[in-house]
Formats: sequence, structure tokens, C-alpha cells
Amino acid sequence: MSGGAGPAQGGLAGLAPMLARRLASSAVTLVLVTLVIFALANLLPGDAAQEMLGQSATPEQVAALRHQMGLDRPAALRYVGWIAGLVHGDPGQSLVAGMPVREIIAERLPHSLMLAGLTTLVAVPLALIIGMGAAIHRGGWVDRALNIGTLSLVAIPEFLVATLGVLVFSVWLRWLPSIALVSAEATWGETLRSCALPILSLTVVVVAQMARMTRAAIVDQMDRPYVEMARLKGAGTARVVLRHILPNAIGPVVNAMALSLSYLLGGAIIVETIFNFPGLASLMVNAVTSRDMPLLQACAMIFCGAYLMLMLVADVVAIVANPRLRAQ
Amino acid sequence: MSAGAMRNAAAFVTGLPWAGRIGGGLVAFWLIVAVAGPWVAPHAVGAFVDSETFSPMSGRFWLGSDYLGRDVLSRLLSAARYTVFLGLGAALVACTIGTTLALTAALWSGWVDEVIARAMDTMNSIPSKILALVLVAAAGSSLPLLLVICAVTYVPGNFRIARALAMNLVGLDFVTVARARGESRRYIALHEVLPNMIHPLLADMGLRFVFIVLLLSGLSFLGLGVQPPYADLGSLVRENISGLTEGAPAIFAPALAIASLTVGANLLIDATKQEKA
Repeated sequence: MSGGAGPAQGGLAGLAPMLARRLASSAVTLVLVTLVIFALANLLPGDAAQEMLGQSATPEQVAALRHQMGLDRPAALRYVGWIAGLVHGDPGQSLVAGMPVREIIAERLPHSLMLAGLTTLVAVPLALIIGMGAAIHRGGWVDRALNIGTLSLVAIPEFLVATLGVLVFSVWLRWLPSIALVSAEATWGETLRSCALPILSLTVVVVAQMARMTRAAIVDQMDRPYVEMARLKGAGTARVVLRHILPNAIGPVVNAMALSLSYLLGGAIIVETIFNFPGLASLMVNAVTSRDMPLLQACAMIFCGAYLMLMLVADVVAIVANPRLRAQ
Repeated sequence: MSAGAMRNAAAFVTGLPWAGRIGGGLVAFWLIVAVAGPWVAPHAVGAFVDSETFSPMSGRFWLGSDYLGRDVLSRLLSAARYTVFLGLGAALVACTIGTTLALTAALWSGWVDEVIARAMDTMNSIPSKILALVLVAAAGSSLPLLLVICAVTYVPGNFRIARALAMNLVGLDFVTVARARGESRRYIALHEVLPNMIHPLLADMGLRFVFIVLLLSGLSFLGLGVQPPYADLGSLVRENISGLTEGAPAIFAPALAIASLTVGANLLIDATKQEKA
């Protein structure tokens, strides 16, 4: 990042080609990801036909079912068929449930999005506060305590957080249910109450990394001349951090947020399992157990697509927020 | 260990901040448990020694008993080795592959670099848990396969770090000199570049170890990792999950064990990094 590099051509006009390039690169990666997922899921031995019929099936039966499922077509054909389906919004038929993958996912995805959204609402402000607090007290005992705290939290397994949460809040205090029931009839209050522990667990899991990156991004700016200038003109700490530093640190901060938030969909596997939450990640675990490849591929594509989209949004925010990036 | 090595080790430990020393102590403790655990276990791993299930901590069963009335302490002491050694093995494999690819990319540059970097980028855009799940679905989860799956999952992460380190070095004068001398690229990679990036690489390997232990425990917790009759620490949490509502130590002991290992490793790595900076 070269400071002061002529922002003259960095107007909104310069933005379009840059965004187009970034978008194209994401699209290429997405295509490559489909190749990797398809290859991993399909080129290795063992398939759903064998899995469904079990050990006692005759080779003829397996071959017949394989033909019926279209598993005997060449891999390239199956890949093209899968991609064509994806483009039209039809990721195929679940081999185990015998119903369209789209219907299964349509039922689960809203739950996962709700959980991720609610966690975001709690975790992002919390991470910003912790990160800024640590940066302001850089080197002091608050900073050191927060450093050790977040460093430890980053390495704690989710199931410890989730099970401790259940022990404290549902077994000892009896405040919250240990199972997350989600139904269409439940009021918002009921849903919030039953999702409180999953949200709490996921927040603990993602907040530490975001807070650490926020601190690093802000500390990185703190010794710059413009910060000193702001201080010298008499701006208070809060003003310096919020008005002067934060806009300059927004790129890395948003990037860290996007990275952590992408975790909330696919990474929620363990939390979903402990609380019996009917989300997308536990659906994927079931697909793994039953070797239901179409369902597995669809789930994996959703998680990867969400990740790529969040990264794209983060980059776009960084570019829009920082005119110097546009001038490159 | 020679006297000099002992003195170096002592100097290293006293040079660490207190959080780093605690971390180092925890890591050392778990390494010892991983090696010696089964020998010091008070009961046989599979023996049913308690008529009650999920009994609390007591003088006879320090960590209580599990869902079948087995001694939790003994099971934990035996399970630690799977977690620790699979983690170490996978971290070593991941970093060997990642760094080899990184050195290849940095020194051969051009289209080789382009192809490797693009492939790694693609792998990187698949969240690690999802990648590991797809791999388990495709390949299964025997112990050797689990090691390979965990390793493959973290190759791209190590590649990214190692390539950045190698790229910084490749532009320096001593590499240019070695090229002018007519050294082969293989020689330059192994004798000029690699020795100069070994410290940050070791720190990265430590981080990969932490991630891999968490991933492996998570997989085992989901029933997709280490399979019976073997059990790692994550499997112990899984098999005792029904003791959660009773607050049984059988579920919290292995979970805390994993946390103390990974948190300890993380504190140690952070402390060694700060020392350099």
C-alpha cells in the first residue's frame, strides 16, 4: 500500500473494471472448487449403490442400481450433468432420502442462516469492542490479559464451550434449554431462547479470532503520522480510533470478519450436533455417514460459495472504503 | 542429551514469558502422557471396574467412571496418544508437502508457480472442516487415512506461509550468488532457502498441529474420526455425551484435556514468536 499514490484516477469510474476483475477471479475459483469437490466425491472407490444394497447384494444388483442412478456413466459426463443441474438450481436427487436435494436443503438452509445471522449480530460488535479496547491499551495489562484470553479461546474445541454452556446454563442454573427446537409456530422470543446457547457457543468460537485481527489492524495504524497529527490537534482517544484509525483499518478488519463469519455456516457442525439444531452442517454430516454424494456435494458447494461470496464482499468493501487501493 | 543442549533448553525456557512457560509445560505434560500414558494407567482400558455409570470424581476413580462404568482416567491416558501422535504426524506431513510445493513454486516460478498457487488457492477456498468431511466420505476413516486427510486439509495453509517466506528469500543476494555459481535449483532450495526459513516454519507447524488436533477431535466427536476399538480424546467426549445432563466428569475431562493441549501449544507458539520480534 503506497500512501499518497495519486487517488486522481481512483474515482468511482475506476471502480468498475476492478470489481469486474475481482468478480471474474471469484468465478474461476468457484469453477475450480466444483472440480475439486466432484473429483473427491466421485473418483474414489465405494459408491452409494454398494452402500445402499449392503454386503449381501449380488454384483448384478449393484450394477443395475448403479445404472439406474446413472453412476455408470463416465465421470466427465456426470460432472457436466451435475454442473448443468446446479446452474438451473437443481443439484440432483438425494440417493438415500429419494427426494430432490433442493427440497431437503430448502428446509434446512433458513435455520442455518438464522443462526449465523443472530451470531453475527452478537459477535461482530463484541469483537470490535474487544479488539479496540486491547489496541487502545496496547502493552498495558488489559491488552496482555485480552491477548492471553483470546489466544486461549482460539484453541478451545467447540464441544468444550458448548458442553460447558449446557452444564452452567441448563443443568445448574436451569435458565436455558439444552436442545434447540426450531419450529415455524414458535414466536421470536421462544426461538431466541432456545437458540441462545448455540448462539453463545458460536460467538465464543468466532469472536476471539476477529478480536485479534481487529487489534492487529488498529495497532498497525497507531504509529502512523496522521494519528499523531490527530492527537496533537486535541482529538480524544475515542475520536482518534473511531474517526481516524478505523476507516483506515477497515480492509483487514472486514476481511477478518468475513473469514470468521464464513465459519458460521459450515463450521457450526459441532454446535448443531450438540444442540440437535436442524441446520445445514448436520445435514452434511448425515450425508457423509450415508455416502449420499449429491447431497454432500450440494452442501459443500453452498459452504464454499458462501465463503467465496463473503471474501468477495470483504474485498469490495475494502476497495470502496480505501481510495488508495483503487489507484493500484 | 548433552550438557550443552540442556543448557540451551534451559536458556530457552527461562527466556519465555510466563504464559509461554505454562504453555510449554502443558505441551511437555501431554507429550509424556502420550508416550507413557498406558503404563501408568491404574486400570485396563476396556475393563468395567465400576458398577455405577458416570460416577463422580473419587479417591478410587480420580476422574469418575464413563457410560459403561470404565475408569475415565485410564481411558484418557490411553486416548491421548492417538490425539497427540496423529496430530504430530499429520502436521509433519502437511508441512513437508506444503513446504516442498512452496519451494518448488518459488524456485521454478513461471507456469509451475502459477499452477501450484492456483491449485492451493482453490483448496484454500474450501473450508477445512468441509474438505475433511468430503475426504472422509470419499476415502473412509481408518487411522492412516485420518492422518492423510488431516494432513491434506492443512497443506494449503502451510503452502501459503511457506511460499511467502521463500519468495522473500529468493530475491536476496545470496540466492542470486548461488545461482550465478551454477548451483542447481534443488540445491538452492534445500541448502540456501530452507535453512533460512526454518524458525517461522516450525512456528507454523505448531499452529497446524493445534488446528489438526481440533479438527481430528471434532471429527471423532461427530463419529467420523477415530473408530472403535481405538479411541482418541474426541471419541471419549462423544461416547460420554449422554452424561452431559448429569455434569459427569467423563465428558468434561477429555474435553478439558484437548483444550489444555491446544491452548498450551498456542501459548507456547505465541511466546516463541514474540521472542523473535
